[in-house]
Amino acid sequence: MSLYDALQLALQPNVIFAVIIAEFFGVFIGAMPGLTATMATALLVPFTYFMDPLAGISMIIAMATVAIFSGDIPAVLLKIPGTPASAAQTIDAYQLGRRKPASTLGVDLVCSALGGLTGSLILMFSAPALAEFTSNFSTVEYFWLTLWGLSMAIVISAEEPIKGVLGVVIGFLIASIGIEPVYGYVRFTFGSVELLNGISFIPAMIGFFAIPELLRQISRPHERYSIQLLKGEKVFDLVVVALKKFKTVIVRSALIGTFIGALPGAGADIAAWTSYGVAKRVSKKPEEYGKGSLEGVVAATTANNAAISGAWIPTLVFGIPGDSITAIALGALMAHGLRPGPMLFERYGSLITAFFIIFIIANLLMILIGYLAIKLSTNILRVPRNILVPVIAVFCVIGAYAVNNSIFDVWVMLVLGILGYFMGRLGIPIPSVVLAIILGPMVEFNFITSLIKSDLNPIVFVSRPIAIGLAILTIFTWVLPFIRVRRIRRST
Amino acid sequence: MFTSGISKTTSIIIAILIVAVVVGGLYYYSTVTAPPKFPTKPITFIVSWAAGGGTDRTARMIAALLENMTGWKTVVENRVGGGGTIGHLAMATAPPDGHTIGVITFELSTFVWMGLANVSYKDFKPILLYNKDAAAIIVRADAPWKDAIELTNYIKANPGKLKASGTAKGGVWDIARIGWLKTAGVDPNALPWVPSTGAAPCLQDLIAGGVDICTCSLPEAGPLIEAGKVKALAVMDDKRNPAFPNVPTLKELGINWSFGTWRGLAVPKGTPDDIVKILHDALKKVIDSPQWKEFMDKNGFGMAYLPPDEFAKFLENDFKTVGELLKAAGYVQ
Repeated sequence: MSLYDALQLALQPNVIFAVIIAEFFGVFIGAMPGLTATMATALLVPFTYFMDPLAGISMIIAMATVAIFSGDIPAVLLKIPGTPASAAQTIDAYQLGRRKPASTLGVDLVCSALGGLTGSLILMFSAPALAEFTSNFSTVEYFWLTLWGLSMAIVISAEEPIKGVLGVVIGFLIASIGIEPVYGYVRFTFGSVELLNGISFIPAMIGFFAIPELLRQISRPHERYSIQLLKGEKVFDLVVVALKKFKTVIVRSALIGTFIGALPGAGADIAAWTSYGVAKRVSKKPEEYGKGSLEGVVAATTANNAAISGAWIPTLVFGIPGDSITAIALGALMAHGLRPGPMLFERYGSLITAFFIIFIIANLLMILIGYLAIKLSTNILRVPRNILVPVIAVFCVIGAYAVNNSIFDVWVMLVLGILGYFMGRLGIPIPSVVLAIILGPMVEFNFITSLIKSDLNPIVFVSRPIAIGLAILTIFTWVLPFIRVRRIRRST
Repeated sequence: MFTSGISKTTSIIIAILIVAVVVGGLYYYSTVTAPPKFPTKPITFIVSWAAGGGTDRTARMIAALLENMTGWKTVVENRVGGGGTIGHLAMATAPPDGHTIGVITFELSTFVWMGLANVSYKDFKPILLYNKDAAAIIVRADAPWKDAIELTNYIKANPGKLKASGTAKGGVWDIARIGWLKTAGVDPNALPWVPSTGAAPCLQDLIAGGVDICTCSLPEAGPLIEAGKVKALAVMDDKRNPAFPNVPTLKELGINWSFGTWRGLAVPKGTPDDIVKILHDALKKVIDSPQWKEFMDKNGFGMAYLPPDEFAKFLENDFKTVGELLKAAGYVQ
């Protein structure tokens, strides 16, 4: 009965229409080098504020799914990854594309869809069960969980943990502006009324993810690409052979991708690198990797799409985003009054099931729209940059303004954008900053309210079995980088 | 010149006369002709809370229905920030011509006391109240207390042992707790308040055993009551909620206290009374419509109605009660 309700919700014409529009948008964003799926999400979210929640969130899901596939198009045709998630397979994809560009992209497309579908199915079956389990979580468990999420952001996403720490601290600082939620103290507002509610999340996201990229585009000299032209082959020529040959690779990569996606702080890019690395290690022909290995391309492209779906597991269950796309989507969910956690599944059961159905639809529809994209790829890549960049800049301003009808938010967006640009140049990972903006207040809030409940007795943090388990997990995560460093030293 | 037959002086006099007649006429029509033509431009609803939230959804529904029923153009504008102060300040300082309607919420009664902003009911002319949700006392389904009286006595006998939650410090459900205990003759500090970011996380914490009592509204706890995870001991209302007929009121149990959150519509102080009447009559039709009732039921908002004069008294009372309780709890600096 709930499934029937969910189907009815998911198949509403406005939702399906939103999904189709979002998929076309995703193709374009993904294929343009420099425009990332995260940036597109930040630009899309202000529009979803004014839609019904299902249509709005569906747009984000569909857009991200397609953009991650579409990022492989310029990898094959230009040797430039369209989004960071395509970086792992770019060299192999380009080498293959020199011989058979269209059919390489065909295999790529089908594997992306299979990865996405696997991730979606795992999400569908694991999330409600996990949510049921978390209904036993009090603020103590949430304290450890959010602290662990933050620690993961440092350990995973940064090449140098110290820069990850820096990012998290900057995120903390930004998040602590405004009325503090426990006692109502006003912090770092310098008397400004606009800052009382803190830095608005969506303008900050647009600033962090769109403006630095636009600045980089401007500061880069005008590049002329030589585009690989499609030869007269059929797109799906190689698919059947590849699926038969690489079925274990596909299944393994989909599982790795979903798992990595579900870890806080690690997204599609890390999933692709990990899966590519594992595939190379166990491959019968590791010497082909880097010289046009279809196996390597399949491993990476399956995993990055699986990660997109997997990232929603912790987002919906714990309110801890699995990657930067879901971090922004979390803001959109909250704005619609959909607060992640067991209550979400309890109260909006059919809506959540409708989200899952949209995941399936988005991945199936991607095969069709991706086919069109492959056919039109050379035209997409010829869109002039000098027009595109200003258009996106205008959308940044509109988006930042529209959420709260506030010019102040436009300034927030611009200031954080410039900050983000310089942080990028210093190698401070922006995803760590964003995760800290979301998780920082949660860590603080759960820490203080837990202490209030126990009359300031810190024993409360290890007074319950699940809390002890999570505490051990968190401390293990802290120790991890040191173990890794020692191992590297021993091997050199 | 083409006016060769008329001297320069004459033409100036004629021009002055024409201007005088036109200006005089306009002035006459603008002051004497009644009732005024209203509205002359789109009506803007200002909402102090984010798009997609509860208040925003009710405002958008009202705006859409009003547009349907009267043909007036309506716009909903979210002025978010400062814990609701930015929007309420914008409503109070809008031109008092009836084209800007404020969606005022319970928080208006707290701004002055909490020292957040100098804006209160005194800056508004109320149109009508459209929503009220009373606080309820929610405990775990396996809690040992038979009714709210037993619970109240337990709190009195064991001060500080139980913890309650439901919203931020000084928020509506916190004030409901203070009023309940004060009326029952118990020190409010005997039931310490654990701030939370809303009813949903508080209810989850309640189930997980983090806190012992939630003082949120019945519709918010509804799904968990149905699922048998929590139970409502009492509702702080004048009469029982028709959707929860088994939950007694505190008044029935002998504690003379009712309290809850509310939402209403108001215009800035200087708006003419005849415009307020036009707006009230049109909006009353909106909240009497079946579409509105269906929407409110579906979203679990409590329907209510108070006409302008009664709403004004209600606002004055709410402001005073909130002030006294916040002072009693030591929240007013």
